[in-house]
Amino acid sequence: MSASETPKRSLRTPLGRVRNLGAAHSGTSDFWRQRITGVAMTLLMIPALVIIVMLLGRNQVYAAQTLSSIPVAVILLLFIFASAWHMKIGMQVVIEDYVHNEKLKLVSIMLNNFFSVAVALASTYAILKLSSGV
Amino acid sequence: MVEFALPKNSKISGGKTWPKPAGATETREFRVYRWNPDDGKNPSVDTYYVDTNDCGPMVLDGLIWIKNHIDPSLTFRRSCREGVCGSCAMNIDGQNTLACTRSMHDVKDGAVKINPLPHQPVVKDLVPDLTNFYAQYASVEPWLKTTSPTPQKEWRQTHEDREKLDGLYECILCACCSTSCPSYWWNSERYLGPAALLQANRWVSDSRDEATGERLDDLEDPFRLYRCHTIMNCAKACPKGLNPAEAIAELKLKMVERQI
Repeated sequence: MSASETPKRSLRTPLGRVRNLGAAHSGTSDFWRQRITGVAMTLLMIPALVIIVMLLGRNQVYAAQTLSSIPVAVILLLFIFASAWHMKIGMQVVIEDYVHNEKLKLVSIMLNNFFSVAVALASTYAILKLSSGV
Repeated sequence: MVEFALPKNSKISGGKTWPKPAGATETREFRVYRWNPDDGKNPSVDTYYVDTNDCGPMVLDGLIWIKNHIDPSLTFRRSCREGVCGSCAMNIDGQNTLACTRSMHDVKDGAVKINPLPHQPVVKDLVPDLTNFYAQYASVEPWLKTTSPTPQKEWRQTHEDREKLDGLYECILCACCSTSCPSYWWNSERYLGPAALLQANRWVSDSRDEATGERLDDLEDPFRLYRCHTIMNCAKACPKGLNPAEAIAELKLKMVERQI
């Protein structure tokens, strides 16, 4: 806050302002899931990268053949779930940090959820389609 | 969105350079933030020269020398002058610290630059308005809460349990940590900040307290607690060498522990 900025006029006591609407009694689940997905991504990063490098410059037939292997498809699916979930939580934290307009914050968080689910589903669909050879 | 730039009326403009003290053989340049709520002007930075042969070695000694010998209108808080009360917390050479324990010789490269604690409303010159900070401290209810009948002599505690409070009880509430935290800058209305959370952990960790669960309930909130992103500015700034970030991590661990 600035030196000479005039604070918003309010007759609430400072303690009343701090207590405000009370604790939300949430946040731990997201905190824990962010750690779980972070660890999962760390573990899945190397196999996922190996698979991606194997697929670089190859045609669709080769990609379908590689992804028809159950372990390969499962590794990629897990990596996508972990990444999308991690991305959703991380982006929400950034929005909560910097967007202070309540309406804009709600819309941003909603869009963030939609985007994360859409990315996860589109990627899952692509992998399932390739791995099933359809 | 959060404000990344200072508002127009907070931009620093100009400042007065006071003449060097007559007859001084060794001087140190001080550049001090000035703002007077009564004159309607923007803040400025005044330049003073302190006679180092006539004053003590600490930055607070320099400020007191300026107030006594050059400019009695310079306003700052001070009391114990030995790092116990936390009154003289300010931003010295870019770091929040206590003016009474920071030697002016430790400030290298020319002038000693002094500003009030960042991102707080200023009352005058180097005096920040810490009303919100103190209310946040009060909100963690920093006293022993029990329901068992009060013992005749005292609430007893093992030496091991007492040791768990080391690194927590020493906090002097100078606000150096909270006002150095970017997360606190952006969300100080809802995030309790490192100092209040360190104090919260001091009571959560106290084996004599019987309200641990209720205390954790009151902290479990995406803003009150989980705005801490382990930036660690708090630990770097603390003039008492405490680690508020570690205390906050312990609180988060306890939150997870009671759910899993």
